Amino acid sequence: MEPDGITRRAALKWAAAGTFGLAAGMGTTAGLARWIRTEPAPYRFFSAAEARLLIPFCEQIIPRDDAPGATDAGVIFYIDRQLASVFIRHQQTYRLGLEAFRNTCLQVYKVPFEQLSFDRQTEALRLIESNKAPKEFWGDRSQSAFFNLVLDHTKQGFYGSPRHGGNRDYASYRMLGLAYPNLIGQNRYADGRPI
Amino acid sequence: MSLSKVNVVIVGAGAGGGIVAKELAQAGLSVVLLERGGWVNYDHHNDDELWSQRTPALGNPFGPDDQRYRRVVVQANGSTNVVLPSEGGYNNIAGCVGGGAVSYGAMAWRFMPQDFRLRSTYGDVPGSTLADWPVSYDDLEPFYEKAEYEIGVAGDYTANPFCGPRKKPFPMPAFPYNKEARLIEQTAKRMGLHPFPIPMLRNSVPYNGRPACIHMRSCVGFACPINAKAGTHNTVLPIALATGNCELRTGCVVSEIVVDDHGRAKGVRYFDADNRGQEQPADLVVVSASATETARLLLNSKSKLFPNGAGNNNDWVGRNLQGHLYVGAAGFLEEEVYEEAGPGATIGMSDFNHGNPGLVGGGLLCNEFIPLPYLFSNMRPPGEPRWGKAHKDFQRHYFKRFVRLHGPVQEISNFSARVSVDPSVKDAWGIPVCRLSGSRHPADFNQGDFLSKKAEEILKEMGATRVWRNGPSHNLSLSGGQHQAGTCRMGDDPKISVTNRHGQLHEIDNLFVADGSLNVSNGGFNPALTIMALAYWVSHHIKTGWKGSQFR
Repeated sequence: MEPDGITRRAALKWAAAGTFGLAAGMGTTAGLARWIRTEPAPYRFFSAAEARLLIPFCEQIIPRDDAPGATDAGVIFYIDRQLASVFIRHQQTYRLGLEAFRNTCLQVYKVPFEQLSFDRQTEALRLIESNKAPKEFWGDRSQSAFFNLVLDHTKQGFYGSPRHGGNRDYASYRMLGLAYPNLIGQNRYADGRPI
Repeated sequence: MSLSKVNVVIVGAGAGGGIVAKELAQAGLSVVLLERGGWVNYDHHNDDELWSQRTPALGNPFGPDDQRYRRVVVQANGSTNVVLPSEGGYNNIAGCVGGGAVSYGAMAWRFMPQDFRLRSTYGDVPGSTLADWPVSYDDLEPFYEKAEYEIGVAGDYTANPFCGPRKKPFPMPAFPYNKEARLIEQTAKRMGLHPFPIPMLRNSVPYNGRPACIHMRSCVGFACPINAKAGTHNTVLPIALATGNCELRTGCVVSEIVVDDHGRAKGVRYFDADNRGQEQPADLVVVSASATETARLLLNSKSKLFPNGAGNNNDWVGRNLQGHLYVGAAGFLEEEVYEEAGPGATIGMSDFNHGNPGLVGGGLLCNEFIPLPYLFSNMRPPGEPRWGKAHKDFQRHYFKRFVRLHGPVQEISNFSARVSVDPSVKDAWGIPVCRLSGSRHPADFNQGDFLSKKAEEILKEMGATRVWRNGPSHNLSLSGGQHQAGTCRMGDDPKISVTNRHGQLHEIDNLFVADGSLNVSNGGFNPALTIMALAYWVSHHIKTGWKGSQFR
C-alpha cells in the first residue's frame, strides 16, 4: 500500500523529527519526492494503486455507454467514503481482496488488470465471480464473496443518493427517466391521479 | 434511586404502546411511556434509498443503530452469527417514536374471521402449535373499527366478498388504482377473482387535522414529509400527551421488569438518554416492544418466583415466533406502467387467503410498492446477467415496465422458532441480546408454492413477459422480520400460552402485553391494524379492571 494520504506538512514534520526515512522504509530522494504531495489525496481509505485497480473493476459492473458509467458517477468515492465510516467492517475484505485480485491478474495475464482490454477485464472478473481463479493468492477467502460485495457496493454507489459520494448529478436517475429533484407537493394531479 | 410512582409504565411507543398510552391517559391514569428511540421525521433522512428502512444499506434511519445493538442468530445448520440491525438476519422493525409505522407501507388489514380459528378450521398440523385464538373476529370488530377511525384508514371493501362483517364504512374513501392496478383489475375480474383497493393507514382526503397523501415514490421505508401516513406518533400519541397524564421519555432502554417475591410487577429498570440507570415504579406494567423485544424483556426479568423470566414458568415466552413468508411472481409489460406516484401498491385480492383445497390457510396477493432504482437492481428473472452492459440495459428497459403481484403467506406456528436471550452477547448497555433460533414449519411451503403459482397465472393472463416466481425458496430459516408476532401467545390454558385473552400474563396479574407478541397466528395479512386493534382491546380491559389506585 502506498501512503498517499500523507500531506506535505505531515511529511516534513516526520522528516524533521528524523523518523521519516525509517518509518517509510526508504531513504532515497526519489522516494521522498514521491512521498511529498502538494495536493491532498482524493481517498480516505484506498491507496492510489488500489483505486487504479478498483475504478475499472466498477466500470466493468456498470460501464459507460450513451449514459454515464460507474466511473463517471463517482462510485469509487462512494465506496471509499463508506469504507472509512459505516463499512469499516469491510475494510479487510477490500484490502486483501484487491491485493489477491491484482496478483491473480498478474499471474494469469502477465499484465495488471487496468492494462487489460475491456473484454479481458470482463473475463478476469468472471473468473473470480465463479470462484475459478487460481486459489494461491486467496487463501481460504471466497473470490465470489469479494466480487459480490464489490458488485453490491457499486450498485449502491451508482443508484443511491449523491450525498454519499456516488450517483454524481443523479446520473442513474437521469438514465432511468426519473424526475429529480422529487419536489414534495409539486406533483400535478387530474381526476385524483398524478399526470 | 427510584422515581416517583405512576399508575402505568409502558415499554415501547409503537403501534401498540402509543394506543395504550392514549387510552389509559384519557381514562385518568398516570402514564410513563418509555421509548428507546427518539422522534424522527422526513428531514432526517429524506428520500435517500440507502438510508431507508426498506433497504438499509448504510444503516436503519429510524433505528436501531448498528453501533449499540446486536443479535445472535442460530442458523438451521447450527452455526451462530452475531448480526447487526441493518443486516437481514436481525429481524428488525424500527426503534423510534411511532415504531415501524413511521416508515411502513401502511396497509390496514383486518384479519379474516377464519384467521382466529385456524385449528378448528383446518385441524391439527403435525409438528405445529396451530391453535385458535381465545378471541374471535367479532370480539375484535369494534376495536378494529376504533383503530380505523382514530388512526385513520382509507378503503372500500364493496368488491371484497371475503372480509368479515363490519358495522361502519371506512372513514376515508379508497385510493384510486394506478395504471398497473387497472390492468390487474381487468385481468383478475376476467379470471373470476375479486380485486379491490388496498385499505391504507394513509389519508386519501384530509383527515384528523392531517393533509391528504401527495404520492411520494419514496413512501414505504421512509417517513412521510407531510404526515399523510398515520401511526401512533402523529395521531393518538399527541392526544395522550395533551391530557397531561402521560409523560413520554425518549432514548430510554428498558433492561428489566422488576418482579417482587410475591410475583407482582413493581415497575421497570431502564437506562435513560444519558445512560444513567433508573427505576420507574408503577402499579401496572405494559410491554409493547415488538414480538422479539417484548419476549427478550420478559426473559431478562428473572425473579424468585420466575427464575426463567417473567411469566415463563411453562417455557412459552419467546416461542412460536412467526412472520410472513412472502411469495408471488414478477414480470414485464409491453407498455410502460410506471407512474411518478407512490407508493404504488393499490390493488389486492383475498381469493386465496382461505378455502384452498388441501392447504392450511393461504395468503393475500397485492401489487408491489415502487421499488427504487437500487432495490430494482436486484430484481431479476433467473439467469439474467447481474452486471455489465446487460445490467444497465435491463434497468433502462424494464424499470418502468415492471409488474409484481405478491403477498404474505399465513405461517404455521411451531414451538422451535423462538426468541431466547443469549448467554454471552450483550448490547451497549450490558443487557443480554435476543438469540433467534429454530426454523419455520415446512408446511409453509405448500401455501407458498400455491400462492406464487396463482400470481404467475394472473401475470401471464395479463400478457406479462419473462414472468418468474418469487419463492418460496424452501429455505427453513427462521421467520420474523417486520411482521414478527406470536412470542407471548394469548390463550385460555396457562400451560400452553403466556397471557389470557386480555393480554394479561397468566402468572403476573399486573403485567400486560400489547403488541404482535399476542398473535396466536399471524394472518395472511400485514399485521399493523391487528396490533392496533389488540392494543385498544387490551386497554379496554385494563380500564375495566382498574379500581382507583390499583388493579384488582
